[in-house]
Amino acid sequence: MSDEMSPAAWQPPVRPRLTARRSYQLHTLLAANRTYRRVAAWLERHPRAYRLFTGTERISKQRLFGCQMCGQCALPATGYACPMTCPKQLRNGPCGGVSPGGRCEVYPDLPCVWVVAFERAEATGHGADLDLLQRPLDRRDAGRSSWVNYWLGRDEGLWVSPSDADPRPPLRRKSPVATL
Amino acid sequence: MTVPVRGLRSALDAGRFAVTAEIGPPRGADPNVVSRKAELLRGWVDAANVTDNQGATVRLSSLASSVLVQRAGIEPVLQLTCRDRNRIALQSDLLGAGALGIPNVLLLTGDHPKFGDHPEAKPVFDLDGVQLTWVARTLRDDGAVMSGHTLSARPNWLIGAVENPFAPPADFRARRLAKKVAAGAEFAQTQYVFDLTMFQRWLTNLHELGVTEKCAIIAGVGPIRSLRVLEFLRTGVPGIHLPDEVERRLRGVPADRVAAEGIDMCVETIQRLAEIPGVAGVHIMALGFERGVPEIVERAGVGPAKLAGSSDGKAGGHDR
Repeated sequence: MSDEMSPAAWQPPVRPRLTARRSYQLHTLLAANRTYRRVAAWLERHPRAYRLFTGTERISKQRLFGCQMCGQCALPATGYACPMTCPKQLRNGPCGGVSPGGRCEVYPDLPCVWVVAFERAEATGHGADLDLLQRPLDRRDAGRSSWVNYWLGRDEGLWVSPSDADPRPPLRRKSPVATL
Repeated sequence: MTVPVRGLRSALDAGRFAVTAEIGPPRGADPNVVSRKAELLRGWVDAANVTDNQGATVRLSSLASSVLVQRAGIEPVLQLTCRDRNRIALQSDLLGAGALGIPNVLLLTGDHPKFGDHPEAKPVFDLDGVQLTWVARTLRDDGAVMSGHTLSARPNWLIGAVENPFAPPADFRARRLAKKVAAGAEFAQTQYVFDLTMFQRWLTNLHELGVTEKCAIIAGVGPIRSLRVLEFLRTGVPGIHLPDEVERRLRGVPADRVAAEGIDMCVETIQRLAEIPGVAGVHIMALGFERGVPEIVERAGVGPAKLAGSSDGKAGGHDR
């Protein structure tokens, strides 16, 4: 996509093409419900339909957010700026190398995706989302549909409130949700 | 209390102003290089960070170097980055540090390989700095690896993290450290502090978030001993904030006075930091002037040497 910046293959940070407000609105359309859960379960039983569906998700989210198909979408908690487009794929906020002008240390011509995430989240009243602790990714989900995973409840526990019950939240998710 | 208790944990526990420095392992397998650097610091600092392939260039491993530092009579702070290891290797090295009796670990995201001597390497970043801190605390306090399997014995190091108070988004920097503290960080070292006003603002945010009650803040400092180093900091290292007054002051003295002026500034910064409530210590990153650390520490009047020198042992009663 925007790889004209550098000969390097490192993922450059992507500034979303959809405003934060519109993104949050879009999310309400996709919010998990019984119907979606049934659709998701059906898709997983039909590999060809699943591939087609995942392809659609890939194209639309790539266009809008630079989606990397990690399969565990963090967008709703990051002001809809994709942290997987950070060259270090940081899920919990910016690294210490952001330039005084808010630029990425690896791509000094591009804004740090976390600076963009912070601005978008704060401006739309979702700033507190950035304080959530994002658990380590399950790399096996790469390339899979995060919408299906979300509708089937597998995303629950992807992030946790830093003050959850015990002041020190557990690293492991409480219970593994329905598996394939 | 005639014999002062040494080490980072005891300094922090006692509320004594802690001093740490940095030992960069060499590009080579000569153990004496590390030992010599450690001997220079012995008695002057509470602990020394051992950097992990600093600047993304290949060096003697930080775990091996930490053992050498320990043998030379200094408490090491093992630095571990997410750049070169996946979660299996990171947990394994953390357990290794536990087994070898390394008393402190400092967990970082790490520089991108772009900045080093192997830009063609695969950047790993399987975990980020916050997650690595979380993993370390789980290993130590829950006695379990990420998979949930229990450990036969738990490690017992102090968990450290880093933060850059000066990088954008400024209003998020205290909150980012709060995440690391929620994940398990007990002390935090900062990027070079050249701008005390901005540092104070960050510290105020930390106070408001209640972070300073749970985590000892150790401010990063260093002597700028030439205009070349000044330029290097400005352009060669990501994330360093140099206010204009620092540059004015260094350019305002004759060329042969720059080194002395840089050291003076570093000493003054340490002394000012020692007066700030909530600052638990300083971390001296000597910028190639490791041999000068004892002088800086002595002139600033901080560190274990001061404690040893005082007859009543009450020196440096700083609150943190």
